[in-house]
Amino acid sequence: MSDFDFSVITANWHFLAEGLRYTLQVTVTAMIGGIIIGTLLALMRLSSIKPLQWFAAGYVNFFRSVPLVQVILAVFLILPLLLQFLTGKMIPIGAENSAYFTFTIFEAAYYSEIMRSGIQSVPRGQIGAGYALGFTYGQTMRLVVLPQAFRNMLPVLLTQTIVLFQDVSLVYAIGATDFFGAADKITQRDLRPVEMYTTVAVVYFVICFALSRLVKRLQARIAIIR
Amino acid sequence: MNYHWDWQFFFQEADDGLKYYEWVIAGLGWTTAVSLASLAVALLLGSVLGVMRTTPTRWLVAIGDTYVDLFRNIPLIVQLFLWFFVVPELVPDKIGIWMKQDLPYIVTAVVGLGLYTAARIAEQVKSGINALPRGQRFAGLALGFTEWQTYRYVRLPMAYRIVLPALTSESMNIFKNSAVTYAVGILELYFQYKQIIEKTSQVLEITIVVTMAYFMLAFVMNRMLAFVEKRTRVPGLISGTGGK
Repeated sequence: MSDFDFSVITANWHFLAEGLRYTLQVTVTAMIGGIIIGTLLALMRLSSIKPLQWFAAGYVNFFRSVPLVQVILAVFLILPLLLQFLTGKMIPIGAENSAYFTFTIFEAAYYSEIMRSGIQSVPRGQIGAGYALGFTYGQTMRLVVLPQAFRNMLPVLLTQTIVLFQDVSLVYAIGATDFFGAADKITQRDLRPVEMYTTVAVVYFVICFALSRLVKRLQARIAIIR
Repeated sequence: MNYHWDWQFFFQEADDGLKYYEWVIAGLGWTTAVSLASLAVALLLGSVLGVMRTTPTRWLVAIGDTYVDLFRNIPLIVQLFLWFFVVPELVPDKIGIWMKQDLPYIVTAVVGLGLYTAARIAEQVKSGINALPRGQRFAGLALGFTEWQTYRYVRLPMAYRIVLPALTSESMNIFKNSAVTYAVGILELYFQYKQIIEKTSQVLEITIVVTMAYFMLAFVMNRMLAFVEKRTRVPGLISGTGGK
């Protein structure tokens, strides 16, 4: 075993930090976009209109059955074809940008299942109460049901976000430079796998462990208030 | 759309003398092998860890908890790279060289994926055991069972049945997660997918075929475990009504 050389990390810290920033950006974008689309899918799934139900069920089951790495590569290759078909022009997208899109639509399927059980956890009588007050469907959902569903499910939504944060490392498949990708590129050049991969593992562990402890505490607090 | 559809290419010969559809089938075989082997490792280790976390012995609980925290908070691809490129450097030279030269890739990949999934199984097994009324353990002890015997004959047979739906979804996840092992050189389905795209550029056809293959794997796994669930269900529990 060669001695652990910290200078490899300090010398490349800037590049690694850039990668980590990209990972965080994808995580936050996919979290916000995924929760919005996921909520819409959940509402469709629970609506009384059959085609909407089918679409939402199909969407969710599709994305939950295929490996994320495959979706990342497929979207990266197919999206330009689709854009070319729609606009008639070649629009270069790039691996980094295509990942924002992929993670948003992919995570939407998972967030949608969480929002669905959140909506179902709200007592049915509250919807009746909303209508009795003269609210429309949209108002009942927006002002009565969704805030409670969201609040009940907040710990689960955040746990899913921690999973998403880890899954961004799979953009390795299309060569985008996320945190892990940055470490891997430095390894290819400097041939110091021990230092690089260990650093990535430690940083991921510290961030995810701290976040999951915070979620646990949040869960306890929400449980007391209810 | 000026995409050139061509389903015939599956029957064309690739550089290695095999036809492309044979690449897909070979990939499917490796995916199944890696997934099932990892599942076996994960079930075995996950059960041991899950049981450890429910014992009254403090240090056993601490080991189990630490394991789960460690393996759940590092991405799978990073864990695989640690097993392949970091661990051989940290162990004594002789073992390291043996790991790098003689140990088949597939073994390391199965260990990596298995240990990763074990953390998830341990969570399920623990929650299954904790879902049982405390009285069951006391009843066992009162009958003169040892602590271990209460697990073996009373608690585990119930706990597994309770968490079977969760274990089903973990078993389906392991097939999806096995795609990540392409990064450490396993020639499984996703690896072949990537390679066929590079060779033929027929992105849409191969995406459809590989997606359907993953669907099929998930479906078969789901049906098999639904069958187990049906056969082992406990009469009188709410969960014992459907095979879904």
